[in-house]
Amino acid sequence: MGEFLPIVLRSLAVSLSATACATVLGLPLAAILALGRWPGRPLVLVMVHSLLGLPPVVVGLVLYLLLSRGGAFGGLGWLYTPEAMVLAQTVLATPIIAALAHRAIEARWHDYGRALQASGASRLRALPHLMRMAKGGIATALLAGFGRTVSEVGAVLIVGGNIAGVTRTMTTTITLETGKGNFDLALALGLVLVGISITASAVVLIIGGERQ
Amino acid sequence: MRAFLAILLLLTAGVARAETVVLASTTSLDNSGLLARILPLFTARTGIAVQVLAQGTGQALATAARGDADLVLVHDPEAEAAFMAAGHGVKRVEIAWNDFILVGPKSDPARLGGLADAVVALHKVAENKAPFISRGDKSGTDALEKRLWREAGINPAGASWYKDIGGGMGAALNVAAATDGVTLTDRGTWLSFANRRDLVEQVHGDPRLLNRYRVIELAPGRQPAGRMAAAHKLAEWLAGAEAQAAIGAFTIGGMALFNPGVKDIP
Repeated sequence: MGEFLPIVLRSLAVSLSATACATVLGLPLAAILALGRWPGRPLVLVMVHSLLGLPPVVVGLVLYLLLSRGGAFGGLGWLYTPEAMVLAQTVLATPIIAALAHRAIEARWHDYGRALQASGASRLRALPHLMRMAKGGIATALLAGFGRTVSEVGAVLIVGGNIAGVTRTMTTTITLETGKGNFDLALALGLVLVGISITASAVVLIIGGERQ
Repeated sequence: MRAFLAILLLLTAGVARAETVVLASTTSLDNSGLLARILPLFTARTGIAVQVLAQGTGQALATAARGDADLVLVHDPEAEAAFMAAGHGVKRVEIAWNDFILVGPKSDPARLGGLADAVVALHKVAENKAPFISRGDKSGTDALEKRLWREAGINPAGASWYKDIGGGMGAALNVAAATDGVTLTDRGTWLSFANRRDLVEQVHGDPRLLNRYRVIELAPGRQPAGRMAAAHKLAEWLAGAEAQAAIGAFTIGGMALFNPGVKDIP
């Protein structure tokens, strides 16, 4: 039970790091997709959307093979480390953040783009305004990305190895303790996980409400 | 956000800096709490941190063969022999033993009560079409179960009463408890398992049910020399007096889970 708080903190640290990485990758992609009209854009759009439902175990397996000592990136020594978990969750969250933020920004561009352009703003200059207007939608995108990472177990179990004190998170502990028949600890962590998810949703709703 | 990244760094930094060994261990030794009890003694003595990957024997050996673990601790004589023959391991030493048992519901639908012969017991399971839960995950326990069925001359695969769950020992015990099924389990996992419901120990004492845990040192080349040296220290320590005493002293509810005992396996 002394491991309880470190497990919760480790889970949050990994998932928030992954969400931050996915935001850095996903938001610019969303903006380029929303404002630009360039060759290959439809293809990228289809790809981003098809990656929304990427199965975590497959991401875990592929990354495991790549990060394994015999794999292409084995030299990094990342297998069975938190870095590998952040990487896996970033892969899972980036398409979600890119797709949802793209929709939000594009809707604002559709509504206000002409007006912004008429007032002399270039697409690049209009972007900050659009992002501000699409704040609620973008917040939802980030929350969806975070929700995906913090609740995911398939990928982190494979690339993290569920090592006590190093790569053991809330979801992998729940899997382990259920296997031991320790439903009390599994349920307690489950409740914390649900609590985090509800808190995150509430925060986003408040941000959205403030806007209106 | 930055605060959490800082926490992440703190959580990982200490681990990354210390000398570490990745030990791929069969799940029973870890899930029973044994490794968590004895490994801190090794770390205190040597300063080497041990990261335990709890995997079934098949997976642990595959992980080591890929070069992703520094030392393995497993319990499947046949798979171990194949691993050694393939040149992945250089030294194999038995460090502990206990036994496997067949557990099933108190109502005993397979009529196993009082039997001491595991093969006769499996015949009874098949005759009475009692639900049987199989790990189906190439773990050491799974391999023994498959050997016992072969010895019984029965191929249970596909039978309606035979359920291959493809999961760990705990998962199999959970399914057995929930569906009044019979399953083969190692004693360590059984004694530390917290959700037995109606399950009781039904067959034990057959010499075929001996469960021997072996530590295997890996062939050099895959890992940095420093890690191999640390892994060697851990292997020697597990077979040494301090670890052997700690293994013998490990109990749950007054019951010893593992018997110490060192034997070189050629």
